[in-house]
Amino acid sequence: MPFCACPLLSDLWESPMRRTPLAIFAALTALPALHAAAQETPVLTVYTYDSFDTEWGPGPRIEPAFEERCGCDLQFVGAGDGAALLARLRLEGGNTDADVVLGLDTALTAAARDTGLFAPHGIEVPPLDLPVDWQDDTFVPFDWGYFAFVHARDFDPPANFRDLADSEAQVVIQDPRSSTPGLGLLMWVKAAYGDAAPEIWEGLADNIVTVTKGWSEAYGLFLDGEADMVLSYTTSPAYHVAAEADDTKTAAPFDEGHYLQVEVAARLAGSDQPELARDFLDFMLTAPFQTAIPETNWMYPAVTPEAGLPAAYDGLIRPGTALLLSPDEARAIRDTALDEWLTALSR
Amino acid sequence: MADRPQPLGAAGAAGLIAAAVVLALTLGTALLTLSRAQGVARLGAADWAAIRFTLGQAAISAGLSVALAIPVARALARRRFAGRAALVTLLGAPFILPVIVAVLGLLTVFGRNGWASAALDLAGLPPLDIYGGHGVILAHVFLNLPLATRLILQGWLAVPSERFRLAADLGFGPPQIRRHIEWPMLREVCPGTLIVIFLVCTTSFAVALTLGGGPRATTVELAIYQAFRFEFDLGKAALLALVQLALSGVAALLALGLAVPQAAAGGLDRAVERWDAQGPWHRGGDAALIALAAAFLVLPLLAIFLDGVPGLARMPASIWGAALRSLAVALASGALTLALALPMALAAARPRPGARMVEAAGYLSVAVSPLVIGVGLFLLVRPIANPTALALPVTALVNAAMSLPFALRALIPAARATEAIYGPLADQLGLQGRARLRRLILPRLRRPMGFAMALAAALSMGDLGVIALFTDPSAGTLPFALYGLMGAYRMDAAAGAALILLASSLALFWLFDRGGRLDADT
Repeated sequence: MPFCACPLLSDLWESPMRRTPLAIFAALTALPALHAAAQETPVLTVYTYDSFDTEWGPGPRIEPAFEERCGCDLQFVGAGDGAALLARLRLEGGNTDADVVLGLDTALTAAARDTGLFAPHGIEVPPLDLPVDWQDDTFVPFDWGYFAFVHARDFDPPANFRDLADSEAQVVIQDPRSSTPGLGLLMWVKAAYGDAAPEIWEGLADNIVTVTKGWSEAYGLFLDGEADMVLSYTTSPAYHVAAEADDTKTAAPFDEGHYLQVEVAARLAGSDQPELARDFLDFMLTAPFQTAIPETNWMYPAVTPEAGLPAAYDGLIRPGTALLLSPDEARAIRDTALDEWLTALSR
Repeated sequence: MADRPQPLGAAGAAGLIAAAVVLALTLGTALLTLSRAQGVARLGAADWAAIRFTLGQAAISAGLSVALAIPVARALARRRFAGRAALVTLLGAPFILPVIVAVLGLLTVFGRNGWASAALDLAGLPPLDIYGGHGVILAHVFLNLPLATRLILQGWLAVPSERFRLAADLGFGPPQIRRHIEWPMLREVCPGTLIVIFLVCTTSFAVALTLGGGPRATTVELAIYQAFRFEFDLGKAALLALVQLALSGVAALLALGLAVPQAAAGGLDRAVERWDAQGPWHRGGDAALIALAAAFLVLPLLAIFLDGVPGLARMPASIWGAALRSLAVALASGALTLALALPMALAAARPRPGARMVEAAGYLSVAVSPLVIGVGLFLLVRPIANPTALALPVTALVNAAMSLPFALRALIPAARATEAIYGPLADQLGLQGRARLRRLILPRLRRPMGFAMALAAALSMGDLGVIALFTDPSAGTLPFALYGLMGAYRMDAAAGAALILLASSLALFWLFDRGGRLDADT
């Protein structure tokens, strides 16, 4: 009888030992809470998508810079992705703890505005380096990017969606119901082709290897060689150049233009720190925040820093035409676009 | 019924309380979500299509997993070979992998650019096309066949060795053994195994979508995602979860109705030796089966291993903090699972009304949408506490509930047998309450308890760690860190993290399962 689990398991069952894991737990979870309570400084709570505040995201660079400026405690709360962020706000309603929400995009802002939870930004917006004109009294853009199909440099890409549909090229895309780029592609085809979108999707059906839940799965599949191209951003190849010294990836320029994703932040009307919230939105368009964006979020900064963009951005394609539906248009056509997509791909 | 003075009345009450906790987590969270809905939700044609697809693929996946698991479990039960123990431990692996890791591992082997396609290419054949309905089934069989094998193997090894001895004395060949020993055992074990796997497959989302090749493979969980994130229609999300729960509940009760507990008989707990099936054909057949099953299971794991090794050097130091948090969650969740499962198993094992309901309640925890559980708990917790601060305890609790069906599957047959065989003697001896638990039940349930705890801890370490609305990016668990790495383009490091996850889950699994090791000679 070399080893018997019975003493161990009955201990867990009957003795104080079974409390040990729970005690470790309590300690692990209580520590941050105590830490927060010990501080008297005002707290600014910013809800954002998860990847913004991981150690590779902009969060850790931005937090100390803003805290130094405001003498406050900046706390990021991660809430899934952009769509989950809005859903969480709607769940919490008027008594949300959020002072600022950072990471919605123009596919979501119409619905976000309708919640009535947001207040006008009230800041002096500096000239923005966006490829489109931006006027909004509530939502302030902090970065942007073009959706694009990324492929290996030695692959000969199609020049547009019709080309792609006629080609043998295999692509992997994300589901618009669960993924931001997936929804972006839906808008892209709709913005470029309008009522002809169903026809485009029917043509694309046999080029789509599969549809994934999120960006990570799709990009992983592409890197594993499952598809020739993956739906991502024109900026994706910059990551491989900067972090891996790998120049073998590039994005395919499509001649109907590329759909834009503009990521925005806004402050909550019910915030108990309205001044700090406004100050944060102001800070967001200054150099300390904007310089962190290109090499952490891998998106274009809304205000190009004086030092310019990182060298890895030099080789990126710059689409001639930027497509972007207004928030209201985006909301109005969303359900139709989804139906068309589902119908074409469910055959 | 619990207030009547009868053996283990307290445990019976504890069983009902545990069942109530599980119901609160499943039905309760769905109803709470529904209560927050504005307007009346309606299910459209697309929702019903999702429900049909979900149930259909789950039924095929479960049927196939169990049908294939039976011969594999039999082969493993009657053969001894070097590496058998390792193989039995590895059987736990696919099931505990984070979905995304399992999918990428499978595709490394079976994808368009995978090993199988490369082999076909050498033979001048076109590559495999894995994406479609068959891909969904393949992935679900990969994930669940090992679990089915373990559960059925447990049934085989619970057959007292005396029966095989007697069968040998009587000159039984394989057909008679099948009829008199194996078939009754399978009738008891298989329906529960079938239903557990069926239920697990009903909440599939990323696997079904990715391998299904597109929106044809829309499952209920994806429809719930759409309702919550895309339409913010809480009523529809909750309604979908409730419809799924109801259909799953009916399926669970039907399947449990098929289960026929075998006439229990005691044994002396000797190691099982088999005198039948020793002919070269039988040996060869078993060897081939084991080799095939092992290849099917081990190749994707090998792919994950090979992918992960280069990434180990590129992993951020923070991964170890995440691993420690995962370990704490896994241990807490393992302990919680046992705390829920043991009283429920004891309550379900006793022949009285409601026993089957307790068992079915335990199974339902995997049938309810993880997203809806997250939303319901969030609505429940938020008025009293900061959800982010409770991320880890909530993760442990939900993981424990999700592991419950597997724990019950392992515990109930053993508890039933113990009561049937030793219950009358224990009653005569006046062995009641704690003493009965300590002297009779815990020792008799040692193997399944070890297995249940092992599975719960390993499962908790693996995929279930990401609960909607309760995440804390700066203090996440290992699966969360892995998703974070992938989301930040760091696929190499993520592959390394996946390897650590796989290794630590397996280590946990092995550690707890060891006490209840199947081939242990007591």
